[in-house]
Amino acid sequence: MQIVDRRLNPGGKSLENRQKFLRRAKALMQRAVRESSEKKDIKDVLEGGEVRVPLDGLSEPSFQRSARPRDMVLPGNKNFSEGDILPRPEEGGGGSPSGPGEGDSEDDFRFVLTREEFLNFFLDDLELPDLAKRRLAETETEGVRRAGFTTSGSPANISVSRTVQLAMARRVALRRPNPATIAALEAEIADSDADRQAELLAEIDTLKARMKRIPYIDPIDIRYRRFENEPRPVTQAVMFCLMDVSGSMSEHMKDLAKRFYMLLYVFLRRRYKRVEIVFIRHTDRAEEVDEETFFRGPASGGTLVSSALETMRDIIKTRYRASDWNIYAAQASDGDNPQSDGETTASLLSHSILPACQYFAYLEVGEELEPFDMPSSTLWTLYEYLQNRGAPLSMRKVYSRNEIFPIFRDLFQRRSVQAKVSA
Amino acid sequence: MSAKERLYQGADWDFATLQRIHDACEGIATTELGLSFYPNQIEVITAEQMLDAYASGGMPLFYRHWSFGKHFAHHETFYRKGLRGLAYEIVINSDPCISYLMEENTATMQALVIAHAAFGHNHFFKNNYVFRQWTDAEGILDYLSFAKSFIAHCEERYGQTAVERTLDAAHALMSHGIFRYPSKKRQDLRSEQRRERERRLHEERVFNDLWRTVPTGPSKTASELSAERRRTLLGLPQENILYFLEKSAPRLQSWQREILRIVRLIGQYFYPQRMTKVMNEGTATYVHYRIMTTLHERGQITDGNFIEFLQSHTNVVFQPGFDDPRFSGFNPYALGFSMMQDIERIVSDPTDEDRAWFPDIAGRGDVMGVLRDVWANYRDESFIGQFLSPALIRQMRLFHLHDDPNEPRGVTVEAIHNERGYRRVRQELAQEYDVGYRDTNIEIVDVDLAGDRRLSLRHVIGAGGVLEPTQAQRVLQHLADLWSYDVLLTETDGADSVVKEYVAKPQAGLIAA
Repeated sequence: MQIVDRRLNPGGKSLENRQKFLRRAKALMQRAVRESSEKKDIKDVLEGGEVRVPLDGLSEPSFQRSARPRDMVLPGNKNFSEGDILPRPEEGGGGSPSGPGEGDSEDDFRFVLTREEFLNFFLDDLELPDLAKRRLAETETEGVRRAGFTTSGSPANISVSRTVQLAMARRVALRRPNPATIAALEAEIADSDADRQAELLAEIDTLKARMKRIPYIDPIDIRYRRFENEPRPVTQAVMFCLMDVSGSMSEHMKDLAKRFYMLLYVFLRRRYKRVEIVFIRHTDRAEEVDEETFFRGPASGGTLVSSALETMRDIIKTRYRASDWNIYAAQASDGDNPQSDGETTASLLSHSILPACQYFAYLEVGEELEPFDMPSSTLWTLYEYLQNRGAPLSMRKVYSRNEIFPIFRDLFQRRSVQAKVSA
Repeated sequence: MSAKERLYQGADWDFATLQRIHDACEGIATTELGLSFYPNQIEVITAEQMLDAYASGGMPLFYRHWSFGKHFAHHETFYRKGLRGLAYEIVINSDPCISYLMEENTATMQALVIAHAAFGHNHFFKNNYVFRQWTDAEGILDYLSFAKSFIAHCEERYGQTAVERTLDAAHALMSHGIFRYPSKKRQDLRSEQRRERERRLHEERVFNDLWRTVPTGPSKTASELSAERRRTLLGLPQENILYFLEKSAPRLQSWQREILRIVRLIGQYFYPQRMTKVMNEGTATYVHYRIMTTLHERGQITDGNFIEFLQSHTNVVFQPGFDDPRFSGFNPYALGFSMMQDIERIVSDPTDEDRAWFPDIAGRGDVMGVLRDVWANYRDESFIGQFLSPALIRQMRLFHLHDDPNEPRGVTVEAIHNERGYRRVRQELAQEYDVGYRDTNIEIVDVDLAGDRRLSLRHVIGAGGVLEPTQAQRVLQHLADLWSYDVLLTETDGADSVVKEYVAKPQAGLIAA
């Protein structure tokens, strides 16, 4: 008998099968992930978890008999006698026992996704629009590439083949005697007369001296591999998150706005390693804050949308020149803004912000039970006007939590996908 | 008995313990039970590896396919939720016989598993005639490794999608890729790899582009090639659909044919296991019960260990009644074990009824001799058909239900455990375990070679009922994709009148070029 300990064998043997399965079930998974995320809290969504996938399309068909007519032998008879007729159990009541081997029901299929897999499905067809428009020639990262050979360098970089090649060329050019020649002469000494012997010895001495003068490998033969740093252009992008935290925003509205930004934040962090994010929150004055304050810090006060836009404009001017950066902005507000501020806002937007922006998303949050015939808010009217004039602006209204995901998708859906949908 | 002679103490074990347990079990198995078995190889694995093995039909290595990922996820979900425990062991019909033990098991459980798998199943694999006839225990692991690398190689060369589609289609037809009647030659999986290479080389050698340009003259008309002769040439009717496709599908690449062959041979390897579920588990359970009891009698395990063993054992052989919420068909362990014990009773201590029913074995006295003979020469259907005794039918209170869709009032009780019913119950139960009866009887009957190359199949309904329509249509679609021309399936009843027809058209370029 032989005992083999397999416990230390690499695990994850079925990982490849799992990936094949996920690939196969991709469309189904995406739908399932979307459906399940609508019901869940944002934090839970980002944790991944169980999704239900309908088995259809993943079925493995085989020839089977339909249920009837059917005979079966069962154990545990209590009071039946031959010839009794028993009423059939209700269809779908689960009363009818299923035979062995029929265990695989055609129900939904439950599947646990890891966080990583879940987010991949969740964010799969989202992207920032027009990202490739402005590319930077400036060095942002440095890559390394090979650049021929050099005579100096670190010993780790010695190129043996090149060195040996050069050494051989030099040896041939300078006619370094071949050790085989010397060996042949030495062999000849043994069976030749005295005169010849002296002659041969002299010749061997010259050859040996010559061999000593011309070394096998000379320091001048040595070559090192050379590497050069190479600048690689990258796309630079910045996302401005503008959030209204004024008193007119109810807890519910703030919650909606924060959920939206949380999603945006996760999306950008996962998809674009080098996108910078600027958080601006405003009441009647605006401040740039860090993400912790943005998502968790309490604040309240009046409303002045232009203050946030001014701050944004100033930041763009000082830190993100529009010629060098792809600029995106997402704004969330309840749409309340004093009439007096309207003009300032409009001019800020149309003169300095929108021309600099690649894409501007505006999210208007409202109470859950907002009456439908509410007149459009001041901001909404203004933005609608700008949008009609061709500004790169998208606007959506959101009233309840479960709308956040669809609207977020809607705003950041990959353009080609959208085009397909409309086609 | 002193503590020194015990095989182990408490629940902990190490490899030396396993060795001691194995040696003790081996002694009992060879001397008292007279078993003969392949050499054993015991492998200790973790729960995750057990799940892995589950997903690929219990085999240690298998080719890659998404359906195994699906099964793995399925089992894993259940396991993580605690809805289902894992099997204590998996055993592979190979030479040497490989048994997997889970590292979580206690020492008693390991002893139970070793007795069950490494001796019970092992003896059955080596001696039962269906396994001897159908499987090649020495070659299976090599063949699986060849299959795995061949399919990985195809994926690299022809793309994952193409391979996946071929495999999907082949899997759908797996149950119809079996030769039910043994040929003269035994299966030799070891040489499969060599033969695959030879086939390919031969094709390359005889390839000559000139043949394409040779004028062939007017082709024979349909009348010249009579239907009878045509069918004989193609080997029709043929119930092994995968074999027929491998040999005759007009537009498959040679690698696709090889994949069909792999799926077919693996299906064939598992065929005996389907035929002997009850016997196989019954044998193993009976053997572990005898071995563990003997170990206890000899004092090699303590009373406490024995109680622990009995607890697992009774769980394994528990058979809930039909109205129990836990009921899900017959438990092969329970049925098999009860029948083995019943045979033991008949052989050693028969009643008059037993003498009337089993004149050959009743009172013969040599329990192991009779059992070994049974284990070697029967499969589930014949085993139940001949050895299910009236006493056991009474004890399990078996009854037979007939569900006729034309009977509006409900389900009829056809037979119960009385004098009139014994034979009928026994016959009916035996038939349930007859794979030939359980599998649908579908065969390829004709190909319209002169016309549109339509492939015709026939399903003879018999007593089993018509096919489940959605599944049938899906399988037929796969078949059409492989055949690459139309496929027609007719369902006929005993009087040859057509009950239902299915037609499938191939999806262009899906599998065959």
